[in-house]
Amino acid sequence: MLEDLELYDYWPYHHRPKITWPNNARLAFWVAPNIEFYELDPPLNPSRKAWPQPYPATQGYSIRDYGNRVGHVRQMRILDKYGVRGSISLSTALCEHHPEIIQMCLEREWEFFSHGIYNTRYTYGMSETQEREMIDDAVNTIEKYTGRKPSGYLAPALSHSELTMDLFAEAGGIYTCDLFHDDQPTPVKVRSGKQFISIPYSLEMNDTIAYVVNKIEPRRYGQIIKENFDRLYQEGADSGTVMCIPTHNYQVSCPHRLKAFEEALDYITGHSDVWVTTGREIAEYFIANYYEISADDINSKQGTL
Amino acid sequence: MSLDNEHLEYPKRRYGMDHDRYEWSILQERPSITWPSHKKLAIWINVCLEFFPLNQSGTPFPPSGGMTMPYPDLRHFSLRDYGNRVGIYRILKALDAINAKATFSINGQLTERAPYLMDILKERGDEIIAYGWNMDSIHHSGMSLDEEKALIERTIDKLSKYSNKNILGWLSPSRNESKYTPELLASAGLSYFCDWVNDDMPYLFHTDNGELWAMPLSNELDDAFIMMNNLHSEQSYLDQICDAADFLLNEAQTEGGRILALNIHPWMSGQPHRINKLEAVLHYIKTLPDVMFANGTDIVNIVSN
Repeated sequence: MLEDLELYDYWPYHHRPKITWPNNARLAFWVAPNIEFYELDPPLNPSRKAWPQPYPATQGYSIRDYGNRVGHVRQMRILDKYGVRGSISLSTALCEHHPEIIQMCLEREWEFFSHGIYNTRYTYGMSETQEREMIDDAVNTIEKYTGRKPSGYLAPALSHSELTMDLFAEAGGIYTCDLFHDDQPTPVKVRSGKQFISIPYSLEMNDTIAYVVNKIEPRRYGQIIKENFDRLYQEGADSGTVMCIPTHNYQVSCPHRLKAFEEALDYITGHSDVWVTTGREIAEYFIANYYEISADDINSKQGTL
Repeated sequence: MSLDNEHLEYPKRRYGMDHDRYEWSILQERPSITWPSHKKLAIWINVCLEFFPLNQSGTPFPPSGGMTMPYPDLRHFSLRDYGNRVGIYRILKALDAINAKATFSINGQLTERAPYLMDILKERGDEIIAYGWNMDSIHHSGMSLDEEKALIERTIDKLSKYSNKNILGWLSPSRNESKYTPELLASAGLSYFCDWVNDDMPYLFHTDNGELWAMPLSNELDDAFIMMNNLHSEQSYLDQICDAADFLLNEAQTEGGRILALNIHPWMSGQPHRINKLEAVLHYIKTLPDVMFANGTDIVNIVSN
């Protein structure tokens, strides 16, 4: 085990080169619905159990299935209402299990990025060959069902190896959602030397972290989203920021939670100078316009020791 | 070291679910349900009457709300018993105040421990469903088929004897099941069960012994889930249920009948500092337009026609 994977260099959050998003926007806003498939009876990974209860884990499995059966259409309608195209963190086996959902997202020109095959298959313990096979499978499945390879990656159930970024970059990816070290895109070092970046995805705004881990009340979650936006919007006047709301249809789309989420979206999209976009569009724009200047700035700020 | 190859094999990667228990279907794409008299929202209240034994075995896991201290854990034992002695009478009063109909899910052993309460419920004529033998008799795959069958039969037998009615519904303690539970419930003559939380409307669940209706008894809106598991305030409980009622009623205007299912624990909501919030919930939903109170069997009868 390593003390630090050294995926990125220190980069102070002041005096950075100014980012301006398209149409002079100061904040790039994206919503990342995680559309996941959890298996009822997955093979047991030696490092992490999929379910706390013995088979069949009725409760955990069925509430996640609720997201696909009930929640997806609810969230989609709200995103439609506010002109947000989702950037889907996709368990790619969902292409086979629930193609109807894939079709609805394709019709809306949503983006698909890879969240592994199943959210019950972890990267832990995989050899390099195995992880590459899993990543290639996910990339090819998305291409087969949507016509385009994914640009982004969020490791299945946030399970990583030391090589995850390297392997995804080699599979043609340009961005990762796995790092929570910044409020702006940053270069990520991969062994191939390709231009690969991190896009802020925000664990703090993630509905499952908010509701299940932090046990936040629904109306307060709506309030926190607005406050997160206010500060990033304010700072975006100095240099463009990124705000992401990662969602899960089995959390945010429950009947007692949608009102707060909708109010937050109404608030955010009611502001001028907000670029309502997708992960890929942010990544492509940053790489085309700010990657090199950012890399140079980072190099100049490594101190003198 | 790498993982066994089974971790990269996906034998259930196919259209629909990764099991044969029910059909994959998106709620919003199903034919809509119309409630009698063109009501929009059915309010289904389920009151949980529970017995937590002091000598808890905790097999295969300790039940939520059960004993957590060294034996004899009188603190939790008596606090849960409070629900059956005191809390339930406050709740019955609150239900009667708005003339609301409810379902009572009852641990079979409670018939022996509180026959007076059983008499009261019998006299009221409310629906009674089976809720396992006690909260420590968790159904799980480590149990023998005979042992589980005996538990189910004993529970149903006691409850039908005390209520003088056929028992038609089931809720598993901790909503946990063995791999055979649905088969055993179907062969015991039950028509519905409430363990799976993957839908907002009833659907057909396959067993080797015939079909059961899976009833959507929300865990996310359960009083103990909100106030004990999530540690949300009593006011937030009220807000969440009202927001859920508003949302479902609104959805029902265009999508067909919906169900607001409230699972209530007398040891939680029957406390003096909480009962007024339950009363406020009941008052709020009672005054909404086009709502009706229904018990589990009422709902099953409507959807099966």
